[in-house]
Amino acid sequence: MTQKLIVIGAGMASGRVLEHLVEQAPDAYDITLFNSEPRGNYNRIMLSPVLAGDKTYEEIVTHDDAWYAEHGVDCRFGQRVEGIDTAAKTVTAPGGEVLSYDKLVLGTGSNPFMIPLPGHDLEGVIAYRDLEDTEKMMEMGAGHKVVVIGGGLLGLEAAAGMAARGVDVTVIHIMGHLMERQLDESAGFLLRRALEDKGITVKCQANSKEILGENGKVRALLLDDGTELPCDLLVMAVGIRPNVALGKEAGLAVGRGIHVDDQMVTSDPDVLAVGECVEHNGAVFGLVAPLYDQAKVAAQTLLGEDAAFVQKELSTKLKVTGCDLFSAGDFAEGEGREDIVFRDPARGVYRRLVIESDVIVGAVMYGDTADSNWFFGLIKDKENIAEMRDTVIFGPAYQGGAPLDPLAAVAALPRDAEICGCNGICKGQIEDAIAAGATDLGAIKATTKASASCGTCTGLVEQVLAVTLGDDFVMPAAQTMCGCTDMTHEDVRRMIKSQKLTSMPAVWQACDWKTPDGCHVCRPALNYYLLADWPLEYADDPQSRFINERKHANIQKDGTFSVVPRMWGGVTTPSELRAIADAAEKYDVPTVKVTGGQRIDLLGVKGEDLPAIWKDLNDAGMVSGYAYSKGLRTVKTCVGTDHCRFGTQDSTGLGIKLEKILHGAWTPHKLKLAVSGCPRNCAEATCKDIGIICVDSGYQVSIGGAAGMDVKETELLIQVPTEDEAIAVVCAVTQLYRENGKYLDRIYKWLAKVGMDWVKEQIEDEATRAALVDRFEISQSVYRHDPWAQHAAEKPQSYQPLANLSLEAAE
Amino acid sequence: MTDWIDVSALEDVPVRGARVVKTALGCVAVFRTGADTVHALDNACPHKGGPLAEGIVHGTSVTCPLHNWVFSLETGEAQGADEGRVNTYPARVEDGRILLEAAFLRARVAAE
Repeated sequence: MTQKLIVIGAGMASGRVLEHLVEQAPDAYDITLFNSEPRGNYNRIMLSPVLAGDKTYEEIVTHDDAWYAEHGVDCRFGQRVEGIDTAAKTVTAPGGEVLSYDKLVLGTGSNPFMIPLPGHDLEGVIAYRDLEDTEKMMEMGAGHKVVVIGGGLLGLEAAAGMAARGVDVTVIHIMGHLMERQLDESAGFLLRRALEDKGITVKCQANSKEILGENGKVRALLLDDGTELPCDLLVMAVGIRPNVALGKEAGLAVGRGIHVDDQMVTSDPDVLAVGECVEHNGAVFGLVAPLYDQAKVAAQTLLGEDAAFVQKELSTKLKVTGCDLFSAGDFAEGEGREDIVFRDPARGVYRRLVIESDVIVGAVMYGDTADSNWFFGLIKDKENIAEMRDTVIFGPAYQGGAPLDPLAAVAALPRDAEICGCNGICKGQIEDAIAAGATDLGAIKATTKASASCGTCTGLVEQVLAVTLGDDFVMPAAQTMCGCTDMTHEDVRRMIKSQKLTSMPAVWQACDWKTPDGCHVCRPALNYYLLADWPLEYADDPQSRFINERKHANIQKDGTFSVVPRMWGGVTTPSELRAIADAAEKYDVPTVKVTGGQRIDLLGVKGEDLPAIWKDLNDAGMVSGYAYSKGLRTVKTCVGTDHCRFGTQDSTGLGIKLEKILHGAWTPHKLKLAVSGCPRNCAEATCKDIGIICVDSGYQVSIGGAAGMDVKETELLIQVPTEDEAIAVVCAVTQLYRENGKYLDRIYKWLAKVGMDWVKEQIEDEATRAALVDRFEISQSVYRHDPWAQHAAEKPQSYQPLANLSLEAAE
Repeated sequence: MTDWIDVSALEDVPVRGARVVKTALGCVAVFRTGADTVHALDNACPHKGGPLAEGIVHGTSVTCPLHNWVFSLETGEAQGADEGRVNTYPARVEDGRILLEAAFLRARVAAE
């Protein structure tokens, strides 16, 4: 005999129950379906594509009127059930009609959680849950502002959907990075970047304080730091709570959700529950995969068959066009857990696998999620990956039957696979060069230019060498930045640029630093890279600088300091000399010495006297000579046409101009310049980092000289006819070195890595040169200043002892 | 009874930095780590007397500015291949103030 089944809630889980029932036993039940929304079952997870305009509502309807009619379902849409009497086995419909059942299925779903902020009941404050919410968001367009609270899956999909409609969207997220439950921080950074590229403003670690209204309608969101974000609509997407009200009133056992057993039966044997309203073994559910599993089990239970619901590993994909993102399993760090990380910043790809006892327990992927199903399978099946550990991160394409060697991934690349992006060199060209006798990295660079520019493909080139030469090639070990990281300087800097890492903690997180806050090796390097790459965004960190740069003086072996005032171009005046002499006497300076860079050095100044001696020198018109810096030191000059009978140009004047433009600029290592007025080269310009020799027809700019541990003559970069062009070339090549040089490489070392040809190409190209000059000027707008004056005025006390307890000890 | 001397506010020492406290027998360096713990050590590296307060502070270590010896701020022991040790003194933070133990000064006198 046909039994009566009442289903409350026409959602995705209960909808799937109905499908299973009508397919397996179409005559088993007379079905009545209540739904408080005035419509039947639609694919709720496709609301985001509807919002974004990629789909229409009609396309996401799962069951239309015809389907319900065909299967004889009595639809009560728009009707909210008033009560359940489990003893009498009846349901009361709106209006008082009482319907009896043999079996009841609850699919009441969940309610969006609304933060009870002041103003949360204003018009224009909505959740993101159903078609009505979606329609309200779809009314927004260009010229509208929307704030989304919640940087989780739903909030970001809502934000991206509205941004695609031209809405000015701001996402407010309370945690430090987006989707923190599904993503680690590195992937969170990538996601944030991608969303920002879509024009969405993202604010993390932001606390909402109040929703401000006007005439009963939302006007703005106020953050607790006082920021006011104007908006026409405010969407709260901060989570869901199982909707248990009806079940609770009916007297069913309820915790966070309606309790069900493995058969999806509630505490009443004739009442089942499925979907987001249930709690099973302490867990509640928000993703669709387990809901479908529950639906299948519930249908079988209703048909008297044995079935049990088992919780499985879950995976998440974000449905935002252009943000390919996948996460599955557990990726928290922990004892006995190891990470395998693969990054390809050029393609914006990030993959991280978390491994415990040779089993993958978690995976996060961003940018390329094509292999996500394969990884998800490994997680679900708890497959032992010991055999393929070295290559597993590359995905299934690199897994053969036999254990693979990690180089197989490179070996498997076709000949036309590009290895060096800067120079467009393919694997085949490198193989040909090897066949022609280039058997090490240097020879490959020299013959093909592969890895000779930015150097980031060095590892790949070495792998091609290793694959091609076999045992004849010894792979050099990559030099990591320091013990805090497994990354090289080049890797870290690439991350800083490509992932827009603008703070030291961001680098530590994104690059998996092993120490809490670095060490004396990496911190100065990171500080340099960050300020060079993000001059406006990053604030210089004195605590990450070596003492000389922190205190703007050179520490001596007895802990005293040396002080060198700037003499522009090596030119001074009687009054400056008098002031220097006065200062030397006033502060008991034991040694006054002339330096190799045409300056006067006051050696042996006590640390506590520094602000005072600087003040005196400042008052006489002198500023810091930066004699302590990994930055512009000096521009040495000869007297040029002013006095010299051989001089061809005003070399002193040019030196002074250059020094005034370049001073304060931080570079990977110290930067010394010289300008000689004729090829007799009295200023010794040809052993400087950048040297200029004036000739009748203009200026010869050469770079890469050295006169220290190594002695090297400069190489000619370019000859230009005018002084202005010479200055532009010097600024441009300095900026090129700043942007590409490894920390603590002088120009000559950098030049050996990138090659003079590449540098010439950049400088000779006028657009490139101009862009470099522009970027240099942006940086200099922040850093071209006198730190002595600043420290003497703002923090002289920091140079004094914290306390003087000399007298206490006498007690 | 332990007798603590209030030397300064915690903010007077930069995060991952140090300042010195003068005593009759030379300077003591007061360090503040990234985690806001404070440590007091002799301000002289046993290698060549380098002023440790001018070093780079990382984790609970400091690197001497002269020749890069690294010392634990907790034990005063040189780290890695270098051998040596500097004295450490009790220090703590209470209500945003840095406190040093008065007895350490007298102990310093006695030890010299």
